[in-house]
Amino acid sequence: MAAGGAALAAAGAGQAQPVPTNAKIVIIGAGAGGTSLANRLADRLDGADITLIDPRPQHLYQPGLSLVAAGLKPADYVVSETTDWLPSGVTLIAETATAIDPDARTVATEGGQTVSYDFLVVAPGLVLDHDAIEGFSLDMVGENGIGALYAGPDYAARTWAAAGRFAEEGGVGLFTRPATEMKCAGAPLKHTFLIDDIARRGGNRGKAEYIYAAPQGSLFGVPIVAEKVRMLFGDRGIDTAMQHTLKAIEPGTRRATFADKDGFDVEMDYDYIHVIPPQRAPDVIRQSGLSWADKWADQGWVECDQYSLRHLRYDNIWALGDVAGVPKGKTAASVKWQVPVVEDGIVSAIAGMDPTETYNGYTSCPMITKVGRAMLIEFDYNNDLVPSFPGIIAPLEELWISWLMKEVALKATYNAMLRGRA
Amino acid sequence: MQEMTLSTMLAVFEEIFGRGLFWIMVALAGLVTLAYLYVLIRDHAVSWRKFLWAQVSMPVGAVLAVWFTMAMTDSQLADIGGPIDLIVLLGVAALGAVGAAILVYTVQSLVWPPSEES
Repeated sequence: MAAGGAALAAAGAGQAQPVPTNAKIVIIGAGAGGTSLANRLADRLDGADITLIDPRPQHLYQPGLSLVAAGLKPADYVVSETTDWLPSGVTLIAETATAIDPDARTVATEGGQTVSYDFLVVAPGLVLDHDAIEGFSLDMVGENGIGALYAGPDYAARTWAAAGRFAEEGGVGLFTRPATEMKCAGAPLKHTFLIDDIARRGGNRGKAEYIYAAPQGSLFGVPIVAEKVRMLFGDRGIDTAMQHTLKAIEPGTRRATFADKDGFDVEMDYDYIHVIPPQRAPDVIRQSGLSWADKWADQGWVECDQYSLRHLRYDNIWALGDVAGVPKGKTAASVKWQVPVVEDGIVSAIAGMDPTETYNGYTSCPMITKVGRAMLIEFDYNNDLVPSFPGIIAPLEELWISWLMKEVALKATYNAMLRGRA
Repeated sequence: MQEMTLSTMLAVFEEIFGRGLFWIMVALAGLVTLAYLYVLIRDHAVSWRKFLWAQVSMPVGAVLAVWFTMAMTDSQLADIGGPIDLIVLLGVAALGAVGAAILVYTVQSLVWPPSEES
């Protein structure tokens, strides 16, 4: 410990010396957060026993799903191998974590392994609750005017099959979002904007009616952005049905049922519907007693301090990424800012020092408003805009450079982040 | 963006083009620049005839660079939405123009040294 502290103190401004330790660190989830953290910890620590637990062999670049669902990228644009990104010397257990015992400090897997830990990072992502939409199932995606781009690369490609048809043939398009917290709250808007633009380019927009239906009272969680989107929707002729929560669909008759703000059923016919189901923490989190008891009761996000991401009841557990019970931050850009905080928390705990890094809620959303233009929207817990390039790239303007960032630089930055280099 | 260090930028460019291709492109750009300096020093003079052809190639280089950028990014000129976009577009065109000029001048000088010039 003392040696570790000295090494950390000596590191100072230059190249940090690895902190010697034999700590056992378990990371549940090898997505954006888990992988990036594993790489950074492998650099920062010397001798640590780092184990990742994740059953999925593929790594998904989720920010690319919107592009796949608009026919701009193929499905494999977002797919790589989980093992491609992991540093040497870490252990990957390719199984689902089925139980966490925070008192005994162990994680059990579906294969019957029990892994003990000194420090635990929960970064398993979230679960899309498709069953919550009555009448909907994933095998319908791509047929009968049904899209669901969040469900993965193949479903995003099938979403484009249905959305592309709608962009040509017209009719009524319903673009929904769920009542729960969700990954990238900009994505439902991007999908609406992109399909609108593609229909315009094909000269078919006049044949279609676009309705954005959402349970919330405003179009975006950050008021100044919500106003801008409201203006853009007005410009594009996209109608809204606010405080409407999707409950059910009838694929045969192409009819959707929403609950309005008073709980009454409202039926709407559609030719295309984009379904985004409610999103929740995986069962293992909720069943292990790590969730908030008095917040998000139906969703189960991890109870953690919003600045340190450290669990409020177990000081050797951190939450990272989608599963964290914080008011913002279910995007890859947020993960990029969260990872150094968790890294600092763990390394400082090992070295016996106080952590210095905090997460301010930074979330970024290159809000695509048409093919070729986007708004580079960045904000924090206070709903303040925090532009990376103030005075150069205006956050609320539709710009080509913001599109270029999404199209060219974002995946590269993401990959560099996975390797712990950005 | 948290911090924009040189190593972050290099990491991002490596990811955009692939590590191998990126460094091959850097090496090629470096080689052409070195060859350009080499012919300038070797000849002790700028050949205005070659420079004329280099200048003629500049608009071609500019247009090619803009076309390549637009094609690679699903963009079109109508997407230019603000001052920064125009600056980036002009920057791409300028890079293409200067790159083409240096390339054309250097290739001419290497293929037809001054002694062979009429």
